[in-house]
Amino acid sequence: MNFFLEIKENLIISYKAITANKLRSFLATLGIVIGITSVTLMQTAIEGITRAFEKSISAIGADVLYVQKFEWFGKEDWSFYRNRKDITMAQFNYLDKNAQTAAIMCPSVGAPKTVKYNDLVLENVFCVGTTYEYQQTFGTNMEDGRFFTNKESEGGYPVVVIGTDIRKAFFENTNPIGKTLKIGSYSFKVIGVIEKQGSLLGLFSLDNRVIIPINRFFKLFGGKRGLTINIKAQDVKNMDESKEEITSIMRKARRVPLGENDDFGINQQEAFKTTFESLTALIKIIGTLITSLSLIVGSVGIANIMFVSVKERTKEIGIRKAIGAKRRTIMYQFLIESITICLLGGIIGILISFPISLIIDAYVLPTAMPVWVIVLGLFVSALFGIMAGFFPAWNAAKMDPVEALRYE
Amino acid sequence: MENQKILIELKDITKLYVMGVEQLYALKGINSNIIKNDYVAIMGPSGSGKSTLMNIIGCLDTPTTGEYYLNGKNVSEMDDDELAEIRNIEIGFVFQTFNLLARSDALHNVELPLIYRGLSKAARIEKAEEALFNVGLQDRMKHKPNELSGGQRQRVAIARALVNDPSIILADEPTGNLDSKTGEEIMGLLEELNQKGNTIIIVTHEEEISQHAHRVIKIRDGLIESDALSKKGNMIRERKEILI
Repeated sequence: MNFFLEIKENLIISYKAITANKLRSFLATLGIVIGITSVTLMQTAIEGITRAFEKSISAIGADVLYVQKFEWFGKEDWSFYRNRKDITMAQFNYLDKNAQTAAIMCPSVGAPKTVKYNDLVLENVFCVGTTYEYQQTFGTNMEDGRFFTNKESEGGYPVVVIGTDIRKAFFENTNPIGKTLKIGSYSFKVIGVIEKQGSLLGLFSLDNRVIIPINRFFKLFGGKRGLTINIKAQDVKNMDESKEEITSIMRKARRVPLGENDDFGINQQEAFKTTFESLTALIKIIGTLITSLSLIVGSVGIANIMFVSVKERTKEIGIRKAIGAKRRTIMYQFLIESITICLLGGIIGILISFPISLIIDAYVLPTAMPVWVIVLGLFVSALFGIMAGFFPAWNAAKMDPVEALRYE
Repeated sequence: MENQKILIELKDITKLYVMGVEQLYALKGINSNIIKNDYVAIMGPSGSGKSTLMNIIGCLDTPTTGEYYLNGKNVSEMDDDELAEIRNIEIGFVFQTFNLLARSDALHNVELPLIYRGLSKAARIEKAEEALFNVGLQDRMKHKPNELSGGQRQRVAIARALVNDPSIILADEPTGNLDSKTGEEIMGLLEELNQKGNTIIIVTHEEEISQHAHRVIKIRDGLIESDALSKKGNMIRERKEILI
């Protein structure tokens, strides 16, 4: 008998069987509905967390390397890194001159400062000292005004570029450009506003910052500070090559003897991702396992109802066998019924979880149910249908036609 | 004679049932031939083994020992799926309790053997409609079994048995659940089919019903007690002899 014909006929049979016992089929599939709803919502939530995380670290930049004396998520003790030598302007200049794989780089230092405008005071504003290359390194866009020029940067002019938090606090109704504010006790002229950048890991706002020329920073707040060298790589695909080159140049600049370990770190966004992924991997596994449990419980319910269905239809199986149904045909009949019930459960489950994912997206996490989760949900419910239906179907297939016909 | 072709050949058929430690021979060595286009009644009291014999002839069951040739094919050695195919193509069953699928209409019930044979939808419908027409149910095709009378249900079952042009129509107490008038109608229908060339085997315990057949095989305690022509059979033979 033709395979597709067989499938088609069995679909019609299972449709009849399911509609003949609507309430029972619905109750049987409820477990699958709950299972698929929770599995798909779990996956959607994980997707949401991942997306939120990626958005929150996007400010770090995928193509930017940070040369610092600390290593992000380093394995050693804090004091181990603290005792390393600071990175100096001389090292920066040496690196800048020699690095071939870098598109552009800039040094930066930073410290929390109190910022005042007339009577308004903001404490703990992060004050960054850098060069005019900063804008290009980070691809920073201006909301208003401009970044400082090479001349202002070199000369250490008293100019400042502010973040949107500062603008909101000080210049709600006025144009900030040309106004003078105080960082610590020193006056700076506002020349630009950086467009909103959001926060890093949702923890600290990148808009609560003021950026000034690095030479001014050294002059006012002291020069004995460790630098961060921010490097934009030429090609995001060749980050490893860039890292290698920078490592060897920095070792030379810092006179690290052959055979010794690096006394600096080259950090990148990747480090956040790796740490995050090792953390979420566990959440993913545990979450998937727990939600799968409900699916397993659901499929036990289906298996149970399929055994009942086979028992109830013993006579029908006998009739079908008597007039020529083979084992395989009977097997398919019940397998397809089981798959159909489970798939219906899966579809209902997705119809429930999809709108919930939209609500989560709107109010909790930026997420959307990915298509693969929907496909996976349907695939998994069909798979559970096969698992739940296999033994009942096998029981039906191997029935003795004489005994089945005698069954009342 | 051309239509003397042997259709069923039973050689030393036994059937042993084992229930725990007890062993029971339902059939103790049946030898018989049935020719094409014959009309045979198998008779016997309950427990005689006639149902077992019917199950073996109908390929629903296989003998413990002995050989059974159906249309020259050794059926006694076939596996489940091969037997299913033989049942589908060679045998049309008519049961005492009709055994129709309750949720399906008459047309679909008759279509079923054709589905298992793998025919296309169009071919199936055409053949099933023709079979229902032949049993006089052309205007009941879309009715479900519970919307039909007992006689009509049995007609649907006969249409289903006929639809694949089987070698044998095997009827197990076909009138057992019918009133006598309807029973007569059904027996008339079977006779008509026999005259059209079908081979018919009925299993019954009613003497009266068995007299519709041409040959009566009586079973007792797992053995053939007697095998003789009925009155009707004798008449037909005489007529044939006169013709010759």
